[in-house]
Amino acid sequence: MAKVLMKGNEALAEAAIRAGCRYFFGYPITPQNEIPEYLAKRLPEVGGVFVQAESEIAAINMVYGAAGAGARVMTSSSGPGISLKQEGITYIAGAELPCVIVNIQRGGPGLGGIQPAQSDYFQAVKGGGHGDYKLLVLAPATVQEMVDLMGKAFDLADEYRNPVMILGDGILGQMMEPVELTEQNHTQRTEKPWATTGAKGRSPNVITSLFLDPVELEKHNLHLQTKYDRMSQETLWENYKTKDAELVLVGYGTSARIAKAAVDQAREQGIKAGLFRPISLFPFPKNALQEACKQANHVLTVEMSMGQLVEDVRYNLEFKVPVHLYGRVGGMVPTTRSVLEEVKRWVNSGEGGGNL
Amino acid sequence: MRPVFHRPEALTAIKTHYCPGCTHGIIHRLIAEVIDELGVREETIGVSPVGCSVLAYSYFNLDMQQAAHGRAPAVATGIKRVHPQKVVFTYQGDGDLAAIGTAEIVHAAARSEKITTIFVNNAIYGMTGGQMAPTTLLRQKSMTSPKGREAAPQGYPIRVSEMLATLDGAAYIARVSVHNPQEVSKAKKAIKTAFEYQMAGIGFALVEVLSTCPTNWGCTPTESLKWLVENMLPVYPLGVKKMQREVSI
Ligand SMILES: Cc1ncc(C[n+]2csc(CCOP(=O)(O)OP(=O)(O)O)c2C)c(N)n1
Ligand code: SF4
Repeated sequence: MAKVLMKGNEALAEAAIRAGCRYFFGYPITPQNEIPEYLAKRLPEVGGVFVQAESEIAAINMVYGAAGAGARVMTSSSGPGISLKQEGITYIAGAELPCVIVNIQRGGPGLGGIQPAQSDYFQAVKGGGHGDYKLLVLAPATVQEMVDLMGKAFDLADEYRNPVMILGDGILGQMMEPVELTEQNHTQRTEKPWATTGAKGRSPNVITSLFLDPVELEKHNLHLQTKYDRMSQETLWENYKTKDAELVLVGYGTSARIAKAAVDQAREQGIKAGLFRPISLFPFPKNALQEACKQANHVLTVEMSMGQLVEDVRYNLEFKVPVHLYGRVGGMVPTTRSVLEEVKRWVNSGEGGGNL
Repeated sequence: MRPVFHRPEALTAIKTHYCPGCTHGIIHRLIAEVIDELGVREETIGVSPVGCSVLAYSYFNLDMQQAAHGRAPAVATGIKRVHPQKVVFTYQGDGDLAAIGTAEIVHAAARSEKITTIFVNNAIYGMTGGQMAPTTLLRQKSMTSPKGREAAPQGYPIRVSEMLATLDGAAYIARVSVHNPQEVSKAKKAIKTAFEYQMAGIGFALVEVLSTCPTNWGCTPTESLKWLVENMLPVYPLGVKKMQREVSI
């Protein structure tokens, strides 16, 4: 199929429709407004439903209802709205309902700003709301990848009966790139015998996250944990020139694009740099990261936060290689030049060395 | 011999956890009878709240979803939009609906979601042990208004039915009570109408049911019925507050 030029947010929305999503519940917030705006127009054309809710709290609870009713359903938001959705997300995780949540990150804390950021990493990968639970978190770095991961997100959600988050940022949402959209209208494959559709000819189905008996609640948590452990087979990542890399940059999404350019410039100057880009942030591609950093004396995370991904990188490298941070925040985006300077600083520091 | 009284099919055989004299049980039964009479037990999806009736999903012999505190109308919206031909109802207490879930109920009504809400007003937070509710009466004592609720600074009780009736999207709004057999049968009629409104595709329907909480009101079951009549009825007048049109299905 021919490539078309599309804005990230719109491409993602179109990809959701092609993945069989027919229900969207959301509330406006910059920089993701093109998603609801696109779907407000497109969903009715394909017999779907678009509802602008009164708040993100209402929107995510509509998602809960629709997911419990057996539908492919999604919502999208950014920082402040994602915080409001946390109540619903923990209920959805607790009741084991499949859905897709998109976070086109902006700067925080508080109202923060409307420019791109990656400071919701912890919130995304550590659960985000109360209780022990995890989301599957996928981080695209191109508009094409936003499209490709959308279909995957819905499939994973159904397979694991778990919410999946697409963690983008304001740059990815707003930029235009050529994309190839899959022609095929690929719809829900998984049967959902647990869905509340009216108890016709069967005993009633109940969607709940309540387990008043501690024995039962612990059992439920153990069951969830087994599921999260099983997700480790879903890790996704990209290696770029890491084979002989003495310094490995680690970044996801927009930051990874900048880091990649820095790798090329470093190589031109004779520095053996490489990039490891996690695509699944939960599950974290631990083994692949360790493999990529085998030759590394230094690891440098590039992120638009004060240092969130860096903690997971240290932890997953088991503190065997020095891991440094280059972070810009508040809507400030790292430049290739500044990343390159950081690379040189660590390479020339004389310190470092790994024992992976 | 012909049995004249039996458990509605829409109720399970599970014994409820409600306190003696609590009228939650009567309201459950009325809903179940209505669902049976309308023949929609296998087409109905209910949403239980957070409150004493959180376990309603165990008592109704129906497909059920348990919603976060106050969010039942949003959850019901999600269900109904996926299954527009099915019957979807929420069952909510006054803390659930009139405090934390005020936005959700107002906007479900404003959108005229084709759902039915049964709103149980017992003027108190039952489940958490008798704290002040948005519907707690002036001068009524509760755990968090130990001297009795005062307009300043605790605010006035909210008349949910009257408030919602002002919305164009609200199709049927009625307040009923279950303190005596006559009122119980009127309550059932209103609940039936509210379900019929949904089935006829007219729009949002809500029945507010005045209910007792002998445990947290600190009285016996019979005293609590008397307390409801003497104190709640003057503040929460019964009757149909909004009826967009007659229905017969
Ligand atoms: C977000 C949240 N806040 C508070 C609670 C605690 N809580 C449980 S039930 C309840 C009040 C219930 O009162 P009401 O809705 O009047 O129902 P009743 O128990 O009287 O039937 C509260 C505050 C909760 N579960 N979740
Ligand atoms: S605490 Fe009150 S509302 Fe709750 S079951 Fe007991 S009497 Fe009923």
